[in-house]
Amino acid sequence: MSASLEKVTQTLKEVIDAPIASYFESCVHCGLCAEACLFYTETGDPKYTPIHKVEPLRRVYEQEYTLLGRLKKMVGLSRPITDEELDQWQELVYDSCTLCGRCSLICPVGNDITYMIRKFREGMAVSGHVPDGIRGATQRTVEIGGPMGLKWPAVANVLKKAEESTGLTIPVDQAGADYLVLLSSMEIVNYPEYIEALAKIFHKAGISFTLASDAFEATNAGIQIGASDIARVIVSRIVDAAERLKVKYVLSPECGHAYTAIRWEGPNLIGRPYQFEVVHVLEFLDGLRQKGALKMKDKFAEPLILHDPCQIVRRGGVLQAPEALIREVAENYIPVADQQKWNWCCGGGGGASAIHTDEAEALRAKAFGVKKRQIEAAGVKTMVTFCANCRIVMEEAIDHYEMDTKLLGLTELLAEHLED
Amino acid sequence: MPGPLIESLARQGITRRTFLKYCATLASMMALPPSAGRAMAEAMAAARRPSVIWLPFQECTGCTESITRSHSPTIEGMIFDMISLDYQETLMAAAGHQAEAARLDAMQDNAGKYLLIVDGSVPLGLDGAYSCIGGRSNVEMLKEAAQGAAAIVAVGTCAAFGGIPKANPNPTGAVPVSDIVKDRPIVNIPGCPPIPVVMTGVLAHYLTFGSLPELDDKGRPKAFFGETIHDRCYRRPFYDRGKFAKTFDDEGARNGWCLFELGCKGPVTHNACATAKWNGGTSWPVESGHGCLGCSEPDFWDAGGFYKALSVPADPLRIAGVAAAAGAAVGVGLSFANRAKKGAAKKAHQPVTLADLEKS
Amino acid sequence: MNELQFLTWVRGPGLDLAVGLFLLGMAWRLFEIYSLGRKQDLAAPRHAAGASGLHTVFRRSMPPPGMLKRSPVSYLGGYIFHIGLVVVVFGFAPHILLIRNLTGLSWPGLPSQFVDLAAVVTMAAMVVVLVDRINKPVKRFLSTFEDWFTWMVTFLPVLTGWMAVQHLLLPYTTMLALHILSVEVLLVVLPFTKLLHVFTLFGSRWFNGKANAHKGVPV
Repeated sequence: MSASLEKVTQTLKEVIDAPIASYFESCVHCGLCAEACLFYTETGDPKYTPIHKVEPLRRVYEQEYTLLGRLKKMVGLSRPITDEELDQWQELVYDSCTLCGRCSLICPVGNDITYMIRKFREGMAVSGHVPDGIRGATQRTVEIGGPMGLKWPAVANVLKKAEESTGLTIPVDQAGADYLVLLSSMEIVNYPEYIEALAKIFHKAGISFTLASDAFEATNAGIQIGASDIARVIVSRIVDAAERLKVKYVLSPECGHAYTAIRWEGPNLIGRPYQFEVVHVLEFLDGLRQKGALKMKDKFAEPLILHDPCQIVRRGGVLQAPEALIREVAENYIPVADQQKWNWCCGGGGGASAIHTDEAEALRAKAFGVKKRQIEAAGVKTMVTFCANCRIVMEEAIDHYEMDTKLLGLTELLAEHLED
Repeated sequence: MPGPLIESLARQGITRRTFLKYCATLASMMALPPSAGRAMAEAMAAARRPSVIWLPFQECTGCTESITRSHSPTIEGMIFDMISLDYQETLMAAAGHQAEAARLDAMQDNAGKYLLIVDGSVPLGLDGAYSCIGGRSNVEMLKEAAQGAAAIVAVGTCAAFGGIPKANPNPTGAVPVSDIVKDRPIVNIPGCPPIPVVMTGVLAHYLTFGSLPELDDKGRPKAFFGETIHDRCYRRPFYDRGKFAKTFDDEGARNGWCLFELGCKGPVTHNACATAKWNGGTSWPVESGHGCLGCSEPDFWDAGGFYKALSVPADPLRIAGVAAAAGAAVGVGLSFANRAKKGAAKKAHQPVTLADLEKS
Repeated sequence: MNELQFLTWVRGPGLDLAVGLFLLGMAWRLFEIYSLGRKQDLAAPRHAAGASGLHTVFRRSMPPPGMLKRSPVSYLGGYIFHIGLVVVVFGFAPHILLIRNLTGLSWPGLPSQFVDLAAVVTMAAMVVVLVDRINKPVKRFLSTFEDWFTWMVTFLPVLTGWMAVQHLLLPYTTMLALHILSVEVLLVVLPFTKLLHVFTLFGSRWFNGKANAHKGVPV
């Protein structure tokens, strides 16, 4: 066995647990998970069947942790995993899986396939069977601070502009504030309006907040690539800053996987519960709405639909807030058939959007078919979402299909219509 | 008793009309065409009395009792009048050397033509010493008698399948007739005891057509053993409706519900009890409230207990508990091995660095 | 060995052996699977109505929205043959008697004509799902020897049982013995094939339900 395969097996041996064993033993090969996966539904290629994507993991489980599998391995009846095979699986595990979690909701025997893929990625990552794009994003996050290579001075610049346009101060490194506000690079670079919106809302509600110059980036490429050790390094920056500044809450930005990273994976990565609470920005806004502190001066009139980002809604548990908020601000909100936890992924989650090979991009464009049909069926020109990654992936696809759909961020939309 | 059968029947008060009716019934029971009844009556009425040698081996005489000693004279009994029963220990007046001489005479006089009836199984243990007549073992006598026989009728489950003597642990090494004789046609009429009408039906068929009736794969006349007790049982509708007697004196038992749960072997037993009944059509086991024991099937004695339903274990589960414990032990052993393996993998964990993400 | 001896063997030593191997296999496999353990989730939980392991155990028995339309054969065929198996296995009086004998539990049986109909419908549904497995690219792609084998091992007890009751092909006694034998084969292979899902599905649904319930998502 090569050194890299040794690492794969060793890592998978660490991550395989009772749920994974139970899931593999329960699978009856019914193939229904394929119907839940947009990479299958949009291509019709059976290799995108979710459970097939973890086939090497299954073999390692069988060969390492079952008596019959060990006997089969001893007498040469089972096929060990190979580097070539993992090379082949890289596309299935990264390019064509966005960890959207839809298959985990559909599997009739109850398998959490997404959980298995997340664990399988640990083995893929340690042996370098990862797409260049996600590897690069991870390197930049660890070495520079964010997946896009953004450094604090650039962020400070954006904050300064936001202060100028809103006329409000945006506190930085202020100990004792209620909220530590996190951002995602994509928002900083592409949608700075988000920051302005947030500043307005905080000031209006009279709640103190701060940013941390050493922990502004909420995204965590470590969990996308599947390297928990690296993810721990990245999430620790936020935990350290939050606990140093003694904030009560950490506000996760709209970004989907950032929320999963800081809210759900973080405590498990650092091995202890936090001394603060993590709140998604929509939960925060919905809290204000319920208290009557989120008053709209007018409403968005055009008909629109909502795209629920997987990691915030289905995998994150922010189920009710988005719709409540959109109804507050939109006059013509049209619910789609598969919404909330049943939503379809944008096609670029779980790190997929960082993969820029021709094949991956073509596949993403194809996978967008399901969203395209949703938009067309609703007959709207506006789609609202609350994840910068979803937004950028869908904007690319909208360009690709030359559609005239406009994408809006929910927080931004709320801020625009907020009472002055 | 000289003269054709019809005359001797008439002497005993049985009219020609009654006899014809009987033959028609017999024919229909054997699933023969209606015309066969008349042919049978004519053939039998005029039949020359064939020589019959009846050899009793390891038996209880129940079969003879069943056929000959009904509570009142029957036509079955009468039909025995039409054969020349030249040797039958229980019935014949002669004894000892006289009896044996009669047997040998009959065998000699009717060589190749006589009918050999056997009841009882044949013990092979200790060179056949378990059962001897006049100092000769049953197996020896059977082989000798079979040589000149036109056909052999194995009456009763012992002769047909070994019966109770052959039941586990079979101390005498009992075997059925068919294990000894291979070159003569054999009809098995099993039952413990067999139904009299089956015996006469076979005899009537032999006398009428000069051949044996059609047999099933166990050598039994299909006409009588073609269907199971369960299929012809008058309590079958209760089975289909799921109405079962649970004990021998509960409401179900009193209402005449199905006896399956009380161990009735009707579903796996081929015999004509349900239609022919017993004691002149008076009743039969199931009608009297007891499940079928399956006595006309091979090894019925060892088929898992008379009072155990067919669908329940024939024996108590002996290894189940041990097996579960062994499985748990294997499982616990594997748990420790797996946890140790996982623990070792965790212990050997090297923090993953950016360098690891590069393909080596 | 004649057929009654065959039947007595499958009802006696054969059953003992099969039940023994089944229990051995089940204990071994369940320990093997569930002793691997799992980490406690340290993230602060979010509570939501209808989100728990137990909820998922039940909820997952219903088709998710839109899926019935997407894969009608899988769902309808699957429902029919699973429910059919339950009706036949637990509704037929002789089976109940066996269960009572082994466990002491008992309940009223269903009319045998109804059970007979259920058996026919079950077999029809199983044939349909088999054809579906052959025809549907995804199912065919995922299928291994085990899938065909377990189908056969599940189908044979129904077929032989039904044929025994209907007196088809072989004498009842032989067919009944074959029926019991086929069930014994099923018992022996169950712990070592995907048929184990009969038991692990509860664990899997519960794990999935619990992990997601921790995040406040009823799955």
